[in-house]
Amino acid sequence: MKQLVLLSGKGGTGKTSVAAAFAHLARHGPSPLPIVLADADVDAANLELVLAPERIEEHPFVGGSVAIIDPALCEACGVCKTTCRFEAVVPGESYRIDPIACEGCAACLFVCPTQAIRMEPQLAGHWYRSQTRFGPLFHAALRPAQENSGKLVTLVKQQARLHALDGGFPALIVDGPPGIGCPVISAASGADLALIVAEPTVAGIHDMQRALQTTAHFRIPSLVCLNKWDVYPEGAQGIESWCQAQGIEVVGRIPFDQTITQAMVRGEPVTAHAPEAPASQALLELWKKVTTRLDAGKEP
Amino acid sequence: MATSLALSLAADGKAPLFLDCDVEAPNAGLFLKPTFEQRSDVSVLIPRVEEACCTSCGRCAEVCQYHAIAVLGKKVLVFSQLCHACGSCREQCPEDAIREVPSVLGVLEAGPAQNGIAFARGMMDVGEPMAGPVIRKLKQWASPGDGQIVILDAPPGTACPVVESIRGSDFLLLVTEPTPFGLHDLKLAVQLGQELSLPIGVVINRDGIGDAEVEQYCGTEGLPILLRVPFERAIAEGTARGRTLLEIHPQMGARLRAVLEQIGARLGSPP
Amino acid sequence: MTIVVSTTGSDLDAMLDPRFGRAAFFLIVDPETMAWQGHRNSAADAPGGAGTQAAQLVAGLKAAAVISGAFGPNAFRALEAAGIAMFQSSQAGTARQAVEDYKAGRLERAGLPSRSGRHG
Repeated sequence: MKQLVLLSGKGGTGKTSVAAAFAHLARHGPSPLPIVLADADVDAANLELVLAPERIEEHPFVGGSVAIIDPALCEACGVCKTTCRFEAVVPGESYRIDPIACEGCAACLFVCPTQAIRMEPQLAGHWYRSQTRFGPLFHAALRPAQENSGKLVTLVKQQARLHALDGGFPALIVDGPPGIGCPVISAASGADLALIVAEPTVAGIHDMQRALQTTAHFRIPSLVCLNKWDVYPEGAQGIESWCQAQGIEVVGRIPFDQTITQAMVRGEPVTAHAPEAPASQALLELWKKVTTRLDAGKEP
Repeated sequence: MATSLALSLAADGKAPLFLDCDVEAPNAGLFLKPTFEQRSDVSVLIPRVEEACCTSCGRCAEVCQYHAIAVLGKKVLVFSQLCHACGSCREQCPEDAIREVPSVLGVLEAGPAQNGIAFARGMMDVGEPMAGPVIRKLKQWASPGDGQIVILDAPPGTACPVVESIRGSDFLLLVTEPTPFGLHDLKLAVQLGQELSLPIGVVINRDGIGDAEVEQYCGTEGLPILLRVPFERAIAEGTARGRTLLEIHPQMGARLRAVLEQIGARLGSPP
Repeated sequence: MTIVVSTTGSDLDAMLDPRFGRAAFFLIVDPETMAWQGHRNSAADAPGGAGTQAAQLVAGLKAAAVISGAFGPNAFRALEAAGIAMFQSSQAGTARQAVEDYKAGRLERAGLPSRSGRHG
């Protein structure tokens, strides 16, 4: 079973539209490839919006704990406040914890002379197994301000992976979160191939380079595709030259095409909505190249 | 959007302090073109165990909620990338065998940008998992002048780095687009803003590309739409080249000023 | 001498769990007699630092070696410090097969950490 992860240095590069098109092409494209999908962009889990799946399972996801002060036991001595490094203790007649600021370190619990503090696990969100028209989708929704998305990414990906292994699916496509932080690292770990979706903006090349540094750090073979390349052809050229110099293959150029947005509004992958559109044609070519590379990648 | 607002303020002689809090991908500098004059490493304090004093009692590993310190036989290992720098292990060590030493997570940079704007940003080192401390330090490090407005350009999403960025602000301006994706993300961001009790305003970017759902949602929730930026290929092309909205369409100046005035009015003070 | 296998279930015929830190169970096995005992991995649900916590758990089981699919960098460092030999099995199979492979010298010693382990 091969694992492909889609990444971008920054949000809004069209990564999810690419993932949705891949899901459609895997099922209805020239050489069908049964896939499992994992939406690891848990902070903005958008794949569900394009693929309109039916939810089959819902599981609560318990994240880290936060401290809670029992007002009946608190003597307002203030030791917790001087101990806390996250400015999470709010003084008052009895002290209380700001759950949003609390990092869950429990330092206050150990110093409280009246044992008024306990740690309570927080419901961070839910994860789901769903069925789309193109295959199973594992995804999650995190409540705002909840941390631990790295753990949730690991969980969603692991569930998707096990499902793929059990069901004999040859490929898993992970729609990764943007950036370079903990959730990205969790999404990319164990991938056989990464596809970085980049935009040819002045910022885009930096974002792409940072994403590539992350995949290089974990020795994941990486390809680049350019989205909306014709919005700034000189910028696209700059990215391509840089990639060429670094020995990184640019495997696709998707033109700026309003059909993509129209498809999104309709809740469809663009390749299903308008197969003849320029963007759909480019995505089909991209998909062919990526699947070739995924198979020729390396040992299982 | 944030950079255009900053330039608009600067044009009125109220040059703000601009903080690029998107420490995983700081880009605002490409638009505001700052010259960095100050630089400072961001570090957090992580534990170091003095082996001579350590009795391998295991208390540090027991109190660490992040499993960033492990006691294996007579050895104590510290895993800096798991450490949240809470200091609990040092506090709880019965032998006083733990000291704290700085560990670098990223860098802060500051300097003047276009039109008198004061600019500062944080940059996280690649491979470092925690953006929160870099943002927290950036906000402490770069202090505004007397009465100077601070514009914080937050990272996307609603996770910990976003909370860290917007905490302590007076107003939350959410930039969205009129599509199902935009609406989905907007709802989460609004929920977060409400949890933090922040007044919220909405900017609809790329107006006209999608549907009317965002507008309806704002109507139902009573969220003011402070600005609509029409969808135009010229804007997409200009932004790709590092030009701000204000530079592409100077006539947007009046509308950006109106946004700032509306925010000021909602806060009960002039912008 | 006993060895530990990361497994998805609590007995010797359970499948090898390819993850170390977030494995469901640790099975402690005597390779001579094939006697076994299952331990639920309490670290599997840790919000972060599952690898280091699991390593301490395995060290507490006094095992000489551990078999898993992959060891993260944190677990690797911790197990190495505890003097526990790490073996990797890339085959999807049962714990019993993994132990047989170990006895026959068919398993590879874990080298560089195979998977990232960072949680914020």
